[in-house]
Amino acid sequence: MKQEKSRSGFIKMTELTTPISEEQIRALKVGESVAISGVVYTGRDAVHKYLHEGGELPEGVNLEGSIIYHCGPVVVKDDAGEWKVTAAGPTTSIREEPYQTDIMKKFGVRGVIGKGGMGPKTLAGCAENGGVYLHAIGGAAQVLAEHIAQVHNVYFLEEFGSPEAIWELEVNQFPAVVTMDSHGRSLHAEVAEASQAVLDENL
Amino acid sequence: MDSLFESLIEIIRRTSAEIPDDVQRAILAALENEKQDTIAKNAMEIIERNIALAKEKSQPLCQDTGSVLFYVDCPVGYDQMEFADTARAAVTEATTRGFLRQNSVDSLTGKNDGTNIGPGAPTFHFHQTRKANVTVRLVLKGGGCENVGAQYSLPNTKLNANRDLDGCRKVILDAVQQAQGKGCGPGILGVCIGGDRATGYELSKTQFLRNLDDENENAELAALETDIHNTANKLGIGPMGFGGNTTLLGVKIRAANRVPASYFVSVSYMCWAFRRHGAVLNEAGEITEWLY
Repeated sequence: MKQEKSRSGFIKMTELTTPISEEQIRALKVGESVAISGVVYTGRDAVHKYLHEGGELPEGVNLEGSIIYHCGPVVVKDDAGEWKVTAAGPTTSIREEPYQTDIMKKFGVRGVIGKGGMGPKTLAGCAENGGVYLHAIGGAAQVLAEHIAQVHNVYFLEEFGSPEAIWELEVNQFPAVVTMDSHGRSLHAEVAEASQAVLDENL
Repeated sequence: MDSLFESLIEIIRRTSAEIPDDVQRAILAALENEKQDTIAKNAMEIIERNIALAKEKSQPLCQDTGSVLFYVDCPVGYDQMEFADTARAAVTEATTRGFLRQNSVDSLTGKNDGTNIGPGAPTFHFHQTRKANVTVRLVLKGGGCENVGAQYSLPNTKLNANRDLDGCRKVILDAVQQAQGKGCGPGILGVCIGGDRATGYELSKTQFLRNLDDENENAELAALETDIHNTANKLGIGPMGFGGNTTLLGVKIRAANRVPASYFVSVSYMCWAFRRHGAVLNEAGEITEWLY
């Protein structure tokens, strides 16, 4: 998939700052590179299951217009006792497919950062409620950690353990690609269909 | 055993933070091979930058520091239990130092006590040798790529795969197609043809100990490895499943005997963040040589 280039020669990135409006989300298209800034919340298997079963958000967490990052970071306390994220790439998103749309709708979440894409239920939910799937580079834990400016808070650390906790992160120009948009397009579905056709010819 | 303790921490650190040379060469070739101004090229550029950054900062290449798999060749009479105790302590210390994520969860209670120690964690595979030295190889295998591994029982009607090498080829390529996007490609396949269900998977993982540049001693399997590698890279799945030229960085296959009734093909998938190192230790437990 071709990318637009900026004058500097780098791939042109659309700036996205949380909280994000529905209008901003609806303007995003599959294949577009984005640079995300503002507060995002990590949330993965345990959090999604908990919220889907009717669990309440901890006080201080506001997901309205926000982004959930499918990520279990490595976080250590520095010498001053402050949390510091030392590795933070995305985890595989498809595991949240049963829960994602309902949680996005219920809490007003506008975007999800993850890897590997999600399925038809989430794609339909993105179209209906105005949401988007943002693909970060899987495994690029160091590059992505450099875009995390600060850890504001952590919730459910005791209950779920560090990788599964909700980490409230301030991100700065965090790079991702729109691979599922609010117009019914999924790059994952398109590549899967095209690759299956080539595979069938080569069997 | 103090030297062994420190040596094992160093092996863990290096495995977590530094990609082996053979894998790095394959990644650089893949980067060159993607078209300019594509999201696939951009993904490979970020991956290249990530490799350099992890090494420079001595921090985990990927936040999922994975299942901790030790492969230990040791002389007859070597105290394996003492090694395992020392290795468990080294794993916990490496976790405290941030080389490993708190990554081990009690499957029944859901509790993560942060030590990375528990039933089956870490995993040890001891093999006796007649050499005097101890060789320790370590693989850190992330969950994303582990989840896309697959085991096929032939014949497979849906894939029209019979009990022959062409049938193996069909199911292995199906595994590549199914894994797309989810396993952090471009990936590496480790495959075992035959064995029972448990040893099939086990032996498929030992293929990750092979150097990517080596050549299979079995000519038929060498040809199958090349064929699957080339065919997979025609599929257009590309890095991260974004579409592109490099879907796999390598394919390694071995065979094991089977019982007449069973014909398993076990496929393990390794992400681009292929963490594998190894070292030879002297009797004092000090590292005398790195293997990769």
